[in-house]
Amino acid sequence: MAKILNIVETAYRGTIEEQDDTVLWLTHMLKNAGADISVLLRANAVNYACKGQDASGLSFGDAKMTHPPEIDKDVEKMIEKGVSIYVVEEDARERGLGDDDLLAGLRRIKRQGIPQLIDEHDQVWHW
Amino acid sequence: MAGKTITVAIMDAPYESANSTTALRIVQSALAKGHNVNVFAYEGAVNLTMKAQAPHPNPVKGTSAEQEAHPTTKDWVASLFKMAKDKGVKLDWVNCGLCVDERGAGDWVEGPRRGGPKDFLDASNASQATLVIPTK
Repeated sequence: MAKILNIVETAYRGTIEEQDDTVLWLTHMLKNAGADISVLLRANAVNYACKGQDASGLSFGDAKMTHPPEIDKDVEKMIEKGVSIYVVEEDARERGLGDDDLLAGLRRIKRQGIPQLIDEHDQVWHW
Repeated sequence: MAGKTITVAIMDAPYESANSTTALRIVQSALAKGHNVNVFAYEGAVNLTMKAQAPHPNPVKGTSAEQEAHPTTKDWVASLFKMAKDKGVKLDWVNCGLCVDERGAGDWVEGPRRGGPKDFLDASNASQATLVIPTK
């Protein structure tokens, strides 16, 4: 079976309307379908690994959003399911995210380690 | 080199970015070379095949819809299906079902079928290459 690396770069792409990140959701579905799949969060998407996100409170008139996205919890569930979630250290640091801000169970990787990570996978999909 | 299979995942809604045209050009090039193509239309890309798309006039130029010959993506996709048939290769176009439902985009031209992420995974596993073209 092909080893797939999903590189997620674009962050918060319709997450309110979708109640999740569409690529993380797709990754989760592919994992459930038996895929050997990992995720690399880079650029603004490193924020998906930040603990304590709260997107609640949105309403338009009487229409209230009662189930907002919980991206950090989605990432945690994927880790629990055995999906390796890599985070580019420099990208997190540049955005003010320290170790205490990030979820447990992540795999931190330096930029210079990305080529090796890519080399370890058969398919690389950059979203 | 002929007779291989590629899978292309696309996300962009039509008429919004160059990604849609780029994706369709890649599909066309592969079909023209005798390759089979799987397409997984995800999120806004399910609107590419909506049957209700209609050409419109251009009031800036003062042209009618007929004069403008405004292209629609559903016609382009339909043409790609015809091309695949003529070439004797397979174009398997899957519209993500949940994406279709949330957009009310269920009325398609002939050719696409409803599916989900597992279809994408199966298509990718059966392909020599997979390309994703995401919305940025």
